[in-house]
Amino acid sequence: MKPVEIHAYLQQKLDKQIEWNEGEKSTGDPWAVIEADGWVDACLVTRDDDQLAFDFLRSLTGTDRPDDGKIEVVAHLWSYSRRHAFVLKTTVDRDAPVLASLTSIWPAAVWYEREIYDLLGIDFSGHPDLRRIMMPNDWVGHPLRKDYTEQADYRGIPTSRPGYATAVPEKVDE
Amino acid sequence: MEFIYNYLSSLELGPWATNILFVIALLVVSAAVFLVALTIAGFLVVVERRVAGRVQSRIGPNRVGPFGVLQWLADGIKLFMKEDLVPAQADGPLFRLAPYLVMVGVFAAFASVPFGMLLIASDLNVGILYILAITSVATVGILMSGWASNNKWSLLGGIRSTAQIVSYEVPAALSVLSVVLIAGTLQMSGTASSPGIISLQGGWPWDWYAFYNPFSLTAFAIYFTSAVAEGNRTPFDLPEAESELVAGFNTEYSGMRFAGFFLAEFANVYLMSAIATTLFFGGWQIPGVSLAAQAASFWLRLVGLGIFVGKAAVLCFVVVWFRWTFPRLRVDQLMSLCYRYLVPIAFVCLAGNAVYLLVIPAGSELDNLIHWVTAGAGGLLVLVLLWRVRFHIKRSGDRINLDLLARGEKGSFDPTVQARPYGKFRRQHNKESA
Amino acid sequence: MSEPTQAGAQREEIVLNMGPHHPSTHGVLRFVVHTDGEIMRKAVPEVGYLHRGLEKLAETQTYAGYMPFTDRVNYLEAMFAEQAYAMAVEALLATEVPPRAEFLRTIACELNRIANHHVTLGCITMDLGAYTPFVYLLREREGINDLIEALCGNRITHNYLRIGGVSYDVDDKWLGQLESYLNHFEPIIDELVALIVGNEILIKRMEDVAVISREDAVAWGLTGPNLRASGQDWDVRRDIPYGAYPQFEFDVPVGPLGRGQAGDCNQRFLVRVEEMRQSCRILRQCLAKLPEGDIKAKVPKMIKAPKGESYASVEGARGEMGCYLVSDGGKNPYRLKWRTGSFSAMSIIEHTSPGLMIADLVALVATLDVIAPECDR
Repeated sequence: MKPVEIHAYLQQKLDKQIEWNEGEKSTGDPWAVIEADGWVDACLVTRDDDQLAFDFLRSLTGTDRPDDGKIEVVAHLWSYSRRHAFVLKTTVDRDAPVLASLTSIWPAAVWYEREIYDLLGIDFSGHPDLRRIMMPNDWVGHPLRKDYTEQADYRGIPTSRPGYATAVPEKVDE
Repeated sequence: MEFIYNYLSSLELGPWATNILFVIALLVVSAAVFLVALTIAGFLVVVERRVAGRVQSRIGPNRVGPFGVLQWLADGIKLFMKEDLVPAQADGPLFRLAPYLVMVGVFAAFASVPFGMLLIASDLNVGILYILAITSVATVGILMSGWASNNKWSLLGGIRSTAQIVSYEVPAALSVLSVVLIAGTLQMSGTASSPGIISLQGGWPWDWYAFYNPFSLTAFAIYFTSAVAEGNRTPFDLPEAESELVAGFNTEYSGMRFAGFFLAEFANVYLMSAIATTLFFGGWQIPGVSLAAQAASFWLRLVGLGIFVGKAAVLCFVVVWFRWTFPRLRVDQLMSLCYRYLVPIAFVCLAGNAVYLLVIPAGSELDNLIHWVTAGAGGLLVLVLLWRVRFHIKRSGDRINLDLLARGEKGSFDPTVQARPYGKFRRQHNKESA
Repeated sequence: MSEPTQAGAQREEIVLNMGPHHPSTHGVLRFVVHTDGEIMRKAVPEVGYLHRGLEKLAETQTYAGYMPFTDRVNYLEAMFAEQAYAMAVEALLATEVPPRAEFLRTIACELNRIANHHVTLGCITMDLGAYTPFVYLLREREGINDLIEALCGNRITHNYLRIGGVSYDVDDKWLGQLESYLNHFEPIIDELVALIVGNEILIKRMEDVAVISREDAVAWGLTGPNLRASGQDWDVRRDIPYGAYPQFEFDVPVGPLGRGQAGDCNQRFLVRVEEMRQSCRILRQCLAKLPEGDIKAKVPKMIKAPKGESYASVEGARGEMGCYLVSDGGKNPYRLKWRTGSFSAMSIIEHTSPGLMIADLVALVATLDVIAPECDR
């Protein structure tokens, strides 16, 4: 099934409106956005439904959108039996980021959600082992956020060298 | 040593002088044996590294001394000059004692290991029993080092090693018992007047105890496998498994203490080869030369020394060869191999040998026939091995480089030249770079 | 933790640390192993020692300038990461890559796959105690390193692909050397099979050890050779064809092959050996069918991808290598995420480890082919 068809089918199955986006010039992948409180139910339907049969959680990640005050969580799904792909998103509030965990549906989500928690700060309720994965356990802050500034030192070791460029370089100009 | 004591007694100097001179002689001989064993261990280290290099299509150490033969001296000096580290939480006295126990366990056994006819420190009448007993002291040292290091990985390594050594003592001792049964004595070397295991064999292969009957051939295989396991060599080197335990029970050791363990391990390799040569391969006996003739002539005894060391060297080479060929067995597979396979087979060999000795009179035609047939079977196995080697060399074509001495920078040998580039580009490349 | 036994003695489990510095672990990884003597209760992997912030760095680099960073996602199979990134950007730009560039990309990727399997198979045998095959395989890998050095100047971190194509062209001499290498290497696969695959000790170490069922493999997100060894017949090159792969004929080895059951360590080992053979087959077809033409499409000097996002995946040597790219219309990516095979493989270790022995953990980690840079990015 094409992504558009999957979107229509999912809307009908879940019996609610699901936002649909295709990017500026319709190149790349289109995606659907689900409300945060329907996240787990929608994903369960995508896995268990015969027509959809998304048994492979390819990737689960997050994007920080400070302009909207939200953090997006993106799931890329694939079905081995049906051979179709889909991109499912949800958004959580940036100041109180809480989302239900997908670990009961796809065990692959265990580490992906740990990574999102570590780098973006979303708290996943129902996750069996939510702790930092990339950064040390006592790190402060969530590095992938757009407004993240590195702490000045970590356990007494300075995190930048005087005279060198700052830890988070500015965007490259022409 | 008995020789020295008899000589001193014959000088009739009185009990005090004789005994003091004897004690001095004892110390001198001990030091000599220790140094010889140490040198052999050191040389074996170099041999192992060169063999490893050639097996892995590279050269191996070749800088220190001709063909790298003094590498062990360089390593020894380096280790000697390293800082003596004892971890703060380690059990100090035990930590320091452990390498010495391991060294004692191995080097003390050299007191009863023959090198040639009449060239043995002390030809005890309980020779092989003494050797089997004293090598067990090393086990205590290994366990001690694993415990005293205050390191869970070392502890695991020490425990595994102890279990392994203690278990493999059983099939080793049983197969040695087969030989003792045939020989009728525990004495290692022996002469015409006081027979020992070597002097009761002969020079020709069919006189050796390895080919006495099929049971003793199996006993040799079991002894050799068990000895390799007792020495913590691959395929049984799980206690020192680099990829799992870093270095097992000797992880925390550095400098001379580590050198102690290291040299003890290589001396053990020679020890097990020498014992196998003594028990199974006729030791220093020269084919066609009688005991009396060899006892009378110095040059023949020298040839005997060469023969003994040569046979032991071949077995050492086989042990080293195993290390760079086989993967290692897991602990439970190792133990199951010992108790479920080797021990029952060793018992069968022992019983078989006993029945053989009862039923077939020694020296009879049937006895000699069985010797020849078994020796022939053994020779056939060696021939099959050599044929397979030739087959593989031919199949590799020009990808194999048989320059065993691998002359390094001075000659034209470059192991990588044949590796790349390939085909017609190799000949071009060689012409361009020549 | 501490359980009283019947005799009144306390039983405790030992907590061992297979720490970041270790001769066996593949890269800087750490396992906290809870064991009861020799048998493990569980092994908890700790990662993040090699986290370099590649995803965050992308937000400050230009699209073209990020290419060298992609090599570092996994320096042993760098071409795959480069290709995934290039494909993700090209999907957003809707660029068409010229056929010769596609073929050159395929040649580079398949050479990289063989080189990666050299290291993997060598490390598996080395971790299990046989040191020699590792050295032999590295010797063969030198040939590939030399070829790639002649191609793009670097042996490991290549920086060969560009958005829209590749950077350097090949001439007949290089193609001849590639063919000589293939002629040299294919008999060596047979030699290595004879040396390693039939070795009884190796088989006993790997047969029926750490079995991962097909359902588990799919649910936990395993990809690549690990997934195929568990019995799932899936290969991105064949099933979601990209680049020049539709024009090639090749088989996809799926477990069980040889001895052992689907999903055990031996299958993961054998699948990779077969993949090397198939890669040689693809390379020969590339050599035969290489078209003439440009090696790079026209892309603007300063690439500004239109607003949107794309996800491109390639069949890497260690699993599916995916690149998720979000663009906001500017010069730098807004968000870049790397989906790597080792990350999922590490996550399944804690699930598979109970009941294994410590020696089996080493075999499991080696055959799953986890490597720290891919896991941590």
